[in-house]
Amino acid sequence: MSFQQTINGYFGEFGGAFIPELLHANVAELEKNYRQIMETPDFKSEFDALLKDYVGRPSPLYLAKRLSEIKGAQIYLKREDLNHTGAHKINNTIGQILLAERLGKKRIIAETGAGQHGVATATVCALKGLECIVYMGETDIRRQAPNVARMKMLGAKVVPATSGSKTLKDATNEAIRDWINNPEDTYYIIGSVVGPHPYPEMVMRLQSVISQEMKLQLLSHTGRENPDYVIACVGGGSNAAGTFYHYLDDERVKLVAVEAAGLGLNSGHSAATTHLGRKGIIHGSMTLLMQTTDGQIEEPYSISAGLDYPGIGPLHAHLFESKRAQFLYATDQQALDAAFELAKLEGIICALESAHALAALNQLPLKQNDIVAVCLSGRGDKDLETYMKQMESNEQN
Amino acid sequence: MNRINQLFQHKKSGIRSVYFTAGFPNLNDTIDILCTLEKAGIDLVEIGMPFSDPLADGPVIQQSSTVALKNGMTITLLFEQLKNIRQKVNIPLVLMGYMNPVLQYGVENFCKMAAACGIDGLILPDMPAEVYEQHYQELFQKHNLHHILLITPRTSDDRIRYIDQLSGGFLYAVSSSATTGNVQQNKEGQEVYFKRLSQLNLKNPVLIGFGISNKEQLEHACQYAAGAVIGTAFIKQLSNSDKELPLRVRDFVKSLD
Repeated sequence: MSFQQTINGYFGEFGGAFIPELLHANVAELEKNYRQIMETPDFKSEFDALLKDYVGRPSPLYLAKRLSEIKGAQIYLKREDLNHTGAHKINNTIGQILLAERLGKKRIIAETGAGQHGVATATVCALKGLECIVYMGETDIRRQAPNVARMKMLGAKVVPATSGSKTLKDATNEAIRDWINNPEDTYYIIGSVVGPHPYPEMVMRLQSVISQEMKLQLLSHTGRENPDYVIACVGGGSNAAGTFYHYLDDERVKLVAVEAAGLGLNSGHSAATTHLGRKGIIHGSMTLLMQTTDGQIEEPYSISAGLDYPGIGPLHAHLFESKRAQFLYATDQQALDAAFELAKLEGIICALESAHALAALNQLPLKQNDIVAVCLSGRGDKDLETYMKQMESNEQN
Repeated sequence: MNRINQLFQHKKSGIRSVYFTAGFPNLNDTIDILCTLEKAGIDLVEIGMPFSDPLADGPVIQQSSTVALKNGMTITLLFEQLKNIRQKVNIPLVLMGYMNPVLQYGVENFCKMAAACGIDGLILPDMPAEVYEQHYQELFQKHNLHHILLITPRTSDDRIRYIDQLSGGFLYAVSSSATTGNVQQNKEGQEVYFKRLSQLNLKNPVLIGFGISNKEQLEHACQYAAGAVIGTAFIKQLSNSDKELPLRVRDFVKSLD
């Protein structure tokens, strides 16, 4: 059985479309059309051309020599941080905007946490001349100010989500409500492998370009397509889904997903969903989520806005339950340390999200000849303020 | 016979139904609100089970859910409050809420407890018709609980017929494509939809809800359906702390006469 596709909208026992009847027609329209549209030569050629000429793909696969020496393995970084707009998120928004265009939609909505998906959505809307509304938690608007400015400069309207913890979960609720209220002309670009079927499968496929390139690049670097380990951070899990995709059915490759443990796994301030969550429904999907015994969704916490989400994509819930992937976690401090280590050893300032993936290098029993591919999902420009604070506190100590 | 069926059997039109969130404005208001609503002449009540992330609801019902959860409302506590409700209240009662809290409580146990309290039906807006048919229909029927499904202006005739077959008690026709409490702008489109519904010869009677806030809208909806449901406007009235709770409830119902 393949992990690469859903059966009736489910990855194992996870997925489905648990949506109010108000959204049935929207989701059915997408489900009916998306595969067919994505397989047309017209879609494929425009998608490939934009990824190449606009996004700057293929993104490099870089052998991090000094990091490799310290960690005791051959560590390759998949440089999604070098994409236009600074993260892997644009792979997905390019694909979905082409889909929206072909479905005749005029108004685009999106949710965003760190602002990377918001920026990537605002970018493709500018590219296509479409109206763009981005929902963003009030807390995130404060802590990711540069990305808010970028979205505005790109012509998007940024609407604060003021309910709950005022972060990604609440922004997603607001985007779904907008879609309920504007079902005819609006297309909802979800930024991760979450939400009702067919979104998780669709976003996974659009992000699968990451591992598609990685296989070819590893082959030319090392003479083999398949690394020993593939590591990626997981909030909703879109960069992990794309990085794992072409290795999902190859059991020789160890898949490692890294969640955000905030102030500590059991500190009450964490976002490590598979470790802390139970099966349930969030944002239209049956998956694992952090919740109270009464089934109320809990407010997560992570220093990284992009990982600050109480759920996880249904693919990942399935990979966890079936033990196909190993789920590790990194705390805020471990992620910060990994980000500073990478900056000093390799001259790369990565996003806090990606730093969680790097932190896992210290937790694996690596051997000298092991080939390890880490998805460096985004660059650290947006996190400079957090990094500056860390440097200040280091100087004081 | 299920109280919902009894109601629709003896009252074919002008049915007035109200929604409120359990645990709002105060944790222990549930019984008072129910008793006062019945005395004031409301025909059917939907008791909302608060959820942290109510996707189909507008800001007013969201806020009432947040307050109710802060007050400490849970499904367990709600069943405790409703334990003896049938000694006091005779009108049909329906529980309305999102799937996740019910899943965590355990669907079978939930049905047992609801039936034991004398609940007549359930509305779970994020449970798709197909999931209900496949996994829960038998269970709900075993406990004599009607499952009341939603239809919207964008639901096709074929799908309305399918949902009508699965539904029991009545069909909940959402008045417009919008979250709860949203003001309807496209009145003509709405009339076309209401007329379409009345011509489909459905098995179930229809109540219209979402966006019905006053006497005028209620009467308009009643021209096309057996009755209507008011939620957001009632929650707003419950939040008005100038008067005693029973008076808030009575005045609201009076404003519909």
